[in-house]
Amino acid sequence: MIHSPYIRKPASVQRVMFAVLLALLPGVAAYVWQVAEVVVVNLLLATVTALAAEALMLALRKRPVAPALSDLSAVVTAWLVVLCFPPILPWWVTVLGVLIAIVAVKHLYGGLGQNPFNPAMVAYCAMIVAFPSLMSQWPPAGQLDFQTQLDLVLGGAREIDAITGATALDAMRTGLRASGASVDAVLLQPGAFGAFGGRGWEWLPLGYAAGGLYLFARRIITWHMPVAFLAALALISGVFWLANPAQFAPPWFHLASGGAMLAAFFIVTDPVSGATTPRGKLIFAAGIALIAYLIRVFGAFPEGIAFAVLLMNICVPLIDMKTQPPVFGHREGRLP
Amino acid sequence: MLTALLVMTAIAIVLGAALGYASIRFKVEGDPLVEKIDAILPQTQCGQCGYPGCKPYAQAISNGEADINQCPPGGEEGIRKLADLLGREFKPLSEEHGHEKPKSVAVIDEQICIGCTLCVQACPVDAIVGAAKQMHTVVAPLCTGCELCVAPCPVDCIAMAAVGESVETWKWKYPVFELRSAA
Amino acid sequence: MTVRLFNFRGGVKPDSHKNESSATPIARAALPPRLVIPLRQGIRSTARCLVEVGQSVLKGECIGEGEGPLGTAVHASTSGTVVEVAPYPMAHASGLDTLCVVIEPDGADEWIAHEALDRRTLPREAVLKYLSDHGIVGMGGATFPTHIKLGNGRGIDTLVINGAECEPWITCDDRLMRERAADILSGAAILRELIGADRTLVGIEDNKPEAIEAMGRAAAVLSEPIEIVAVPTLYPAGGEKQLIRVLTGIEIAHGKLGSEFGVQCFNVGTAHAVCRAIHHGEPLISRVVTLTGNVDRPGNHEVLIGTPVESLLALAAPRPDTDRYLMGGPMMGVALPDLGVPIAKGSNCVIAASPALFPPPPPELPCIRCGACARVCPADLQPFELYWFSRAKNVGKAQEYHLFDCIECGCCSFVCPSHIPLVDYFRFSKSEIWARERELKAADHARERFEFRNFRQEREKEEKAAKLAAKAAETRAKLSGTPGAGDTAPRPADEDPKKALIAAALARAKQQKAAVAPKNTDALDADARAEIAAIDARREKAKLEGSDAAS
Repeated sequence: MIHSPYIRKPASVQRVMFAVLLALLPGVAAYVWQVAEVVVVNLLLATVTALAAEALMLALRKRPVAPALSDLSAVVTAWLVVLCFPPILPWWVTVLGVLIAIVAVKHLYGGLGQNPFNPAMVAYCAMIVAFPSLMSQWPPAGQLDFQTQLDLVLGGAREIDAITGATALDAMRTGLRASGASVDAVLLQPGAFGAFGGRGWEWLPLGYAAGGLYLFARRIITWHMPVAFLAALALISGVFWLANPAQFAPPWFHLASGGAMLAAFFIVTDPVSGATTPRGKLIFAAGIALIAYLIRVFGAFPEGIAFAVLLMNICVPLIDMKTQPPVFGHREGRLP
Repeated sequence: MLTALLVMTAIAIVLGAALGYASIRFKVEGDPLVEKIDAILPQTQCGQCGYPGCKPYAQAISNGEADINQCPPGGEEGIRKLADLLGREFKPLSEEHGHEKPKSVAVIDEQICIGCTLCVQACPVDAIVGAAKQMHTVVAPLCTGCELCVAPCPVDCIAMAAVGESVETWKWKYPVFELRSAA
Repeated sequence: MTVRLFNFRGGVKPDSHKNESSATPIARAALPPRLVIPLRQGIRSTARCLVEVGQSVLKGECIGEGEGPLGTAVHASTSGTVVEVAPYPMAHASGLDTLCVVIEPDGADEWIAHEALDRRTLPREAVLKYLSDHGIVGMGGATFPTHIKLGNGRGIDTLVINGAECEPWITCDDRLMRERAADILSGAAILRELIGADRTLVGIEDNKPEAIEAMGRAAAVLSEPIEIVAVPTLYPAGGEKQLIRVLTGIEIAHGKLGSEFGVQCFNVGTAHAVCRAIHHGEPLISRVVTLTGNVDRPGNHEVLIGTPVESLLALAAPRPDTDRYLMGGPMMGVALPDLGVPIAKGSNCVIAASPALFPPPPPELPCIRCGACARVCPADLQPFELYWFSRAKNVGKAQEYHLFDCIECGCCSFVCPSHIPLVDYFRFSKSEIWARERELKAADHARERFEFRNFRQEREKEEKAAKLAAKAAETRAKLSGTPGAGDTAPRPADEDPKKALIAAALARAKQQKAAVAPKNTDALDADARAEIAAIDARREKAKLEGSDAAS
């Protein structure tokens, strides 16, 4: 029997997911324009894999397939996986990453809404630990033609080293550590850097930020996580940079490089695995930013956001429990 | 080698003394586990578990003599609560101790009652009012449904009537339903 | 003087659909063929039936006397004959029946003798009793007895009158305020005086400009400290706690009463009923009901209490594709199990629902923890946490997360993108917790009675033993006190009181024998001795004959 309320707002999971996909489009457009057109092929491949994997898992779990597939949550996961990975990976790495995200992280934990870890980030961590050399092959922006890209993706790794170059973060690390140069000297090196980030790659953060603002306008995400993440990252990198500008890169470099913007608006804000209370969201996002910075600067990987996200995912139940907001009538004092 | 032995012995003595002191200083009177088990049991005092009342059964569970699945009035929910409390596996209600029945109260048929007071003496919670050669009646709000009065009655005038839902006791149903395909 | 407004977090803005039914004035509904008047006005307030089948009653005659602390009187809504006192369904999700008095109107609609009350000469308690005897309860939906809510006349400084009417589709309070503002404010003045408040604030949502204006004009001519305040339209601004928060900033938690904070709230309908009772002597026998939804003639009607819903529907002309009827609003109402359900004192609206207007909800998807529900909850709860706990039947944890602060307004279910019926889970958990508390109380009670019974049996045993011991001691004392009563000297005190009793009985028997045995046989003359010998011989003969006969 159906009970009150008898009216509902026209909202659905599908609408939310579709809005996220729309919001990713500016970033994808920048990707295609500036870096590598083959990302579209990867996105297509990942989408198909994700939907097939989800359909298989739902059938195995004896759940209705059509309603779950149509809510587009698998597609969002697939796109995020592709956007975190290098675009010229062999196709089977992308497929494997998507399978890990959908099958292991999502369905083996109970399906939609039940995963304690961010699926895209687990896929990234698994791949970078399993195939470190493949996962660090990022093409220099706009220098490979589409045919080469396609060959690389479909054919496999072949003389990749001659084609790929270092990402901005990678170049910064190697520059600072290996050759002992100062930040300014590293930034002057040709090829890797543009105006404030990796050359060509720096357009992506702008695209992602635009998408993030759209999500905020649609009330799908709140301001807490992106603002906390970016502010914390800027703060800690600012502190280190001010202390020693020669050894530590400036804040705008960190904000514009790697997956910082993508993470701020799309990855950290994953509702299922993230914190849910307002104060909890601030703590969660700030924690990710701090850990990511430390891994970037002092750790073994050039990009630390994925590991940081997973570490904070573990803390989410405790954060939620401790930051429950006060309830109507139970606040101190009657008037605000 | 010798120092190691001496150190270990010293530690053992110190810890042993501490434990001994703690066992005397912090000794708890009574057995709180029995109280906790008794708090979960439904207090029907029916004896279906094989023990003369809920407290003896609680005692038996705490001693390990009895299993947790012997109480029909507590039902499946009671067994789960006991399993949670004691950290044991849930077991379904033991068949030999009875079946879970809906809550019912005893009703005396006043036409047949002969006023023998056998049921009055049998009731563990004194829910039956009556005296020798006077009409007996069950005070329904006090009756726990233990059925101990049904057997002693020589004229078989006591029946158990299920308690229906009323406005005060109606409950909203759990909103998850299992759907099965028609095939 | 303008009142500073506060806001509460959350709330939603569904389409209001008020214009359909608010355009026409309140019409008087015709007498239905039968009136089914429930004797129960709320979960805990019942009334004892005062009439019998076949009895004639007049309009306004008392037919039910309030039982228990929360009981209020119930009256006949028209004159006629009582044809039945039987259970009929009530407007509750359970579909359970409740005892109702069924009256067949005689068409005359004859009032019982009634007159206004002169309050000036009476003590406050008498006025409260008068309100209770006239069946005045809260008309906002909860039907809580007004005389109890008026408290003890101390400690309240602000009276809030609730004219917000935040639920979509309902317009009965709107029309009441537009047409009967003077009566409402007069009733509010009485309430203010009875409750001892310093000022009255009337909260009306700003989507009712005509009502605000009408009430403002009526307030201007009164020399009462009344202020008509327009509050922003946001569901559920009409919830008692939310309205108090908006008008005064005070937040009242679950379990606490407004009277603890110096504020109390009544519905405009209640104020109107109070005015009719005090100034005209009329008990509460009718109320304004909105008939709207999938109907050709939506509008408001003054309906007699006890009118079955099916008699009302003809007035509104529901369209053929109506699939069910809701009593109340779409956010918190109840789908009627049966159209014979009568209008009770708290029924404010009947909505005809069709699949087009109220589409069935899509199937429930898993919760994605998006937090949309937490953003709209007016009680600042985390509905998805309560959902996860309720789904796992972990009602203890749900209670820790303030489950009972939930006012079941439906905002969370309204916005959920996974279409989860969140309020159903909370209602389930609440009734589960209440059932467990009842069982626990019953179990504790049973344990107490069992322990007392054991104690009583022990006590009886001890008393018996003590009695025996006392008696034994007594008899021993008696035996030792009278010499020569028995041949044998009293034996030394035996531990067993029974043996002592037996010994005492033997001694008594010997005493009796000695008492009947002839004494003074020493100094007898010859004749007496001969007589005794003859008697003895006869006795012997009789004994032998007796034994012959026996053998």
